[in-house]
Amino acid sequence: MSGHSTYEPKTGFTRWLDARLPILRLGHDSFVDYPTPRNLNYWWTFGGILSLCLAVQIVTGIVLAMHYTPSAAAAFTSVEHIMRDVNYGWLLRYMHANGASMFFIAVYIHMLRGVYYGSYKAPREVLWILGCVIYLLMMATAFMGYVLPWGQMSFHGAVVITSLFSAFPVVGEAITTLLWGAFAVDEPTLKRFFSLHYLLPFMIAGVVILHVWALHVVGQNNPTGVDPKSKADTLPFTPYATVKDAFGMSVFLILFATLVFYMPDALGHADNYVPANPLVTPAHIVPEWYFLPFYAILRALPDKLMGVLAMFGAIACIFALPWLDTSKVKSMRYRPQARAYFLIFLVVCIILGFCGAKLPSDQVIPGLVTVPVFGDDLNSFVWLSRLATAYYFAYFLVVMPLLGLTEKPLPVPETISSPVLGDADKKD
Amino acid sequence: MLRKVTLLAAALVLIGGPALASSKVKEPQDIAFSFEGPFGTFDQAQLQRGYKIYREVCSACHSMNLLAFRNLGDRGGPFYDPAYSPAHGKTSNDNPVVKALAAEAQVADIDPETGDAIKRPGTPADRFPAPFANDAAARASNGGALPPDLSLMAKAREGGPEYIASLLQGYLTPPAGLIVPAGQHYNASFPGGVSAGWDEKKQGHPPEGGLIAMAPPLADDKVSFDDGTKSTVRQQAQDVAAFLMWAAEPKLEERKQMGLSVMIFLILFSGLLYASYRRVWRHESH
Amino acid sequence: MADTAADATNHPAGDDPSRRDFIHIAAITAAVGGVAAVAWPFIDQMNPAADTMALASVEYDLTKLEPGQQVVINWQGKPLFIRYRTEAQIAAAVKDDNVSLRDPQTDAERHKDGKAQWLVLVGSCTHLGCVPTVGGGDYGGWFCPCHGSHYDTSGRIRKGPAPKNLAVPEYAFLSDTKVKIG
Repeated sequence: MSGHSTYEPKTGFTRWLDARLPILRLGHDSFVDYPTPRNLNYWWTFGGILSLCLAVQIVTGIVLAMHYTPSAAAAFTSVEHIMRDVNYGWLLRYMHANGASMFFIAVYIHMLRGVYYGSYKAPREVLWILGCVIYLLMMATAFMGYVLPWGQMSFHGAVVITSLFSAFPVVGEAITTLLWGAFAVDEPTLKRFFSLHYLLPFMIAGVVILHVWALHVVGQNNPTGVDPKSKADTLPFTPYATVKDAFGMSVFLILFATLVFYMPDALGHADNYVPANPLVTPAHIVPEWYFLPFYAILRALPDKLMGVLAMFGAIACIFALPWLDTSKVKSMRYRPQARAYFLIFLVVCIILGFCGAKLPSDQVIPGLVTVPVFGDDLNSFVWLSRLATAYYFAYFLVVMPLLGLTEKPLPVPETISSPVLGDADKKD
Repeated sequence: MLRKVTLLAAALVLIGGPALASSKVKEPQDIAFSFEGPFGTFDQAQLQRGYKIYREVCSACHSMNLLAFRNLGDRGGPFYDPAYSPAHGKTSNDNPVVKALAAEAQVADIDPETGDAIKRPGTPADRFPAPFANDAAARASNGGALPPDLSLMAKAREGGPEYIASLLQGYLTPPAGLIVPAGQHYNASFPGGVSAGWDEKKQGHPPEGGLIAMAPPLADDKVSFDDGTKSTVRQQAQDVAAFLMWAAEPKLEERKQMGLSVMIFLILFSGLLYASYRRVWRHESH
Repeated sequence: MADTAADATNHPAGDDPSRRDFIHIAAITAAVGGVAAVAWPFIDQMNPAADTMALASVEYDLTKLEPGQQVVINWQGKPLFIRYRTEAQIAAAVKDDNVSLRDPQTDAERHKDGKAQWLVLVGSCTHLGCVPTVGGGDYGGWFCPCHGSHYDTSGRIRKGPAPKNLAVPEYAFLSDTKVKIG
């Protein structure tokens, strides 16, 4: 966006302020007059929705922190104090817990939108990387946040994940002890997790500002993948995008309210209503649903270190995406083969999530006994995880690089508002 | 487009499903509790019966540390009386029924003059007294098994109140060939498994259920109900399960009622925003 | 990148899309109302929680006290004096009812009818909050060691920097021997 700012302060006060700190000008240029592609569909409302989610989590988190006690002896009881005695405490707690799930639902949709429409491709690579950084910070924040109620799942989930670092040779044990602050997950671990859980969201907010800045420098992508060429292709952000984002947020809030008021524990685990007991491990240690695909990848590989590297590698693939995809065409609207592989990728992610919730040795098809391969029966979730993990990595490391070179994309329209391909534009 | 959305929705439903327990149990009863559904409320008479069962049967071994006597008089609770609510300038601490129930209990305290540990009648502000001073004492009185605290039991187990009610009625005759070790009891609804008393290699597929340390706590007419309801094991099980659900989630009614207002507002608000959106965009193609 | 798009849109003359139509006003009003409704729980959560409110009142059994004795109990996080006054102490307080007082109050205004022997006071000096010691000072009531305030046997400020008499909390006699404060 290299256009000249059209902001004109109208009152004495706004002129005075503009000469000293042009913040109103910045707001006007970024969110009022900002030229937005006219053909954005509802998948583009999730950026605004994510900002809403971050705001909700920060505000509910700050008020919850007024009542929470970060001590192994008192944490669980303080959360129940919030639920039972603090005015509207139950509402704040359920908003925060389910808000985290909503945050991840929105971020996954937002990321998948980026993959489908090629929003990570030049010149938006830094935008994509910043987004990945936000995702990473979100995962760290959510992981530490889940530990804070100090339930059985909180505690033992923390044990499993922090123990992963011991897989690294030579330095592994030292790193793990440094993380714990003790000889196991214990009081010091909880205290530092509380401190960092409070800190990280503000780092996320900072990276979000960079993310929006990077976005405004290069401009939004759009469903055609073709950059706006003239004023006919864009509309001012306010009121066009503002009102559409508001509607998107409102529908999102309906889903959020359904969870909070009618099924507040549906995405959680019953075991986390049992106070943490280091001596008793729950029958199934399961992370929160948004970590399940990575948990499945972790357990897919038989070796502990290989599993850890695979899990981190899966996230690294996302970071590397702009350089893995060789296609010149951005949007999968015009790449039917890529679209097919993408849909399979989507199903594979869901399968991985499903696998992450199961015991590795459980049977996929009940009752069917097949041959054991490398010690595990083929009809087991661990083998399904391996299959799905193989496709996950193949999608990034094989399909993306090769497909751009071999496929024959559909004709891409000249412009966003091109009258020649008017009907084709209306497709998904 | 719709395909993708349905796929996502279906996936989320699947992922949300619980990991299956490795041992089979008898299918939990499907009980139509009054508090189920988006408009559910607690049945106060049922909660009163449930509290009586807890007080007379369960509290001998099970603590309920997160509940205070004043909670019994809170909105949605077993002894709620609107005359003792904030709307009338009073709280459940003033409710005479609550005060009487609290006074029935002996609560541990310290004599402020001598510093000795004493027991005194409870007040509404006091928590429910625990039957044992600590976990070690609890285990010693129960053959090494620790009776868990019941404050959150209805939320701490898969299946919630229906699981609890089924468990309490699940003490069926042990299947032939099952050896029940001393101090254990066969329960068709307990997911613990029967491996302690069943040799799978010799006897084949194990029966459903598990071995639980708790002896059958309920019996017909063990607790007499003040409202005249027939005191069968089934009735007791359902009533105490409902009470435990209230104990775990006392704000359930308030939550669902607020939910209704919020949903109505959000649906209307979304309608307004959609109309506003269409009005803004009415001349633009996109 | 295109310049500002304000003039790129085509619409019939005189029909500005950002004109305040009724529907937009309705939507914005609903949004503001929604935000206000959501804001209340976030503010109310800072008010005392239910367990704090439950301890807002305390009952005390007076049979434990001897004449001339005072007990200090913890009430709402503050010290509370319950003093069993002797006849002499009551008489001394009544005698000074009409003396020039910084915070004029008769003794009768500071106890319940027919219960002159029982004085229930918040044990916090009205100067800067220290806990006065019983029996000290020139008037036989209380003496605050922090800055030298003297209270008489009715808890009224007589000498020293405190501006007001020791506060009398809301309390009631449940019976002759039981008092509920708060």
